[in-house]
Amino acid sequence: MRTVRSVAAIFRWPLLIALLTLAGLLAALVGDDAWDAVSWALLSVPVALCGYFSFVRGRRQD
Amino acid sequence: MSAFLSSPLALRRWGWLHKWSSLVCTLFMLLLCLTGLPLVFYHEIDHALGKHIEAPRMAADLPHLPADEIVRAARGHHAHLVPLYLFREEDDPDLWVVKMDTRPDTDETKARFSVIDARNGSVLGEPRFDEGFMHLMYRLHVDLFAGLAGRLFLGFMGLLLVLSLLSGVVLYAPFMRRLDFGEVRRRRSGRLWWLDMHNMLGIVTLTWALVIGATGVINTWADVILKVWQAEQIAALKVAAPAPLASARVGQVSIQSMVNAALRSEPGMAVATIAFPGTLLSSPSHFAVFLHGDTPLTSRLLKAVLVDPASGQVMETPPRPWYVSALLLSQPLHFGDYGGLPLKVLWALLDLITVVVLWSGLVLWWRKHRAAGSPKHAPDAVADVAGGRA
Repeated sequence: MRTVRSVAAIFRWPLLIALLTLAGLLAALVGDDAWDAVSWALLSVPVALCGYFSFVRGRRQD
Repeated sequence: MSAFLSSPLALRRWGWLHKWSSLVCTLFMLLLCLTGLPLVFYHEIDHALGKHIEAPRMAADLPHLPADEIVRAARGHHAHLVPLYLFREEDDPDLWVVKMDTRPDTDETKARFSVIDARNGSVLGEPRFDEGFMHLMYRLHVDLFAGLAGRLFLGFMGLLLVLSLLSGVVLYAPFMRRLDFGEVRRRRSGRLWWLDMHNMLGIVTLTWALVIGATGVINTWADVILKVWQAEQIAALKVAAPAPLASARVGQVSIQSMVNAALRSEPGMAVATIAFPGTLLSSPSHFAVFLHGDTPLTSRLLKAVLVDPASGQVMETPPRPWYVSALLLSQPLHFGDYGGLPLKVLWALLDLITVVVLWSGLVLWWRKHRAAGSPKHAPDAVADVAGGRA
């Protein structure tokens, strides 16, 4: 049986992703060009994680 | 964590809230996700279908005709209609789109449009926005063909979505006590795979979904927000100028001179929209000139300048209230049209992930519902986890 995690441990990564997403949403609103690129990079994080957890990591465990 | 969030009774209540807020809105949210997908690429689809109207190439920096000539050109084919708005094309400043209807105060669903070349007054096209596939997607996304009632209904569904997202976050904790972040158990049983996918995709895309949901709700209130703002401005004008406003008559002062007066009052800004008196964006007896700056933020946060058509004078109005700023910022944050094509692609991918979250939630509910119907009552999954039997 694995150890029980604390609430802080459970929400550590979700909180970081939330902050990155928020920064990504605002970046393209603040400026153009470089700001847009920052926005694309930051909003790619949740999309890439969804892909990784759905397809890559699970397969490696099999 | 406090008993409010994590006691078995509290979790049962959060579970109830999550189940019902989700169940009520899920089918509508699936509809909104699917219809929203083509709407994200509205501009690109328009281009691909060859419907986009472009200004013909001419020598650079040709002078523009006065706004009055633009209106005259648009009404050439529609003498029975009155102009409501002049929109300047954002990507093509040589083009004006004139929106016309039978009266200034209609619901504008039957309005007609003319695209006018500002350099020579030629009518480049009269696009229809009330027919075809994209119109179907738009109406299903915005008001279900039911006008304001449909908008407010979808807004309420959006509020339920926000509730279901927040309750989902509370329920996320007990499910994750013994799992790694992002862990998806695929070998155990179908139900666990659906559950882990639902939790993982839901928590990773949570912020985007919350922002899209909340800004979508604010957008459904657009008519109400604009009417409140209008009433506030009219009230302020009555205090500032006791003379009866109804005495103003359209046509005494040229539209272009009013636009120029507005531009003089706000140096450094450019015209985005001109609203005729009596429309949703103006007052009953004033023209409204909407100006924008040249940064992404100031190009969205339009500044409204009311002009008296009798005197051509700019009216003193209070600064834009916070709720109008909220509406103006909610638009790009909902549409995803403020950071080029890559942002739109990310919007589409996050939209598709949200479809999976909605669908997996539905699958989980359906399986549990079916299990609960069998003679041996299946234990409630939330209470199960809360009781430490994950």
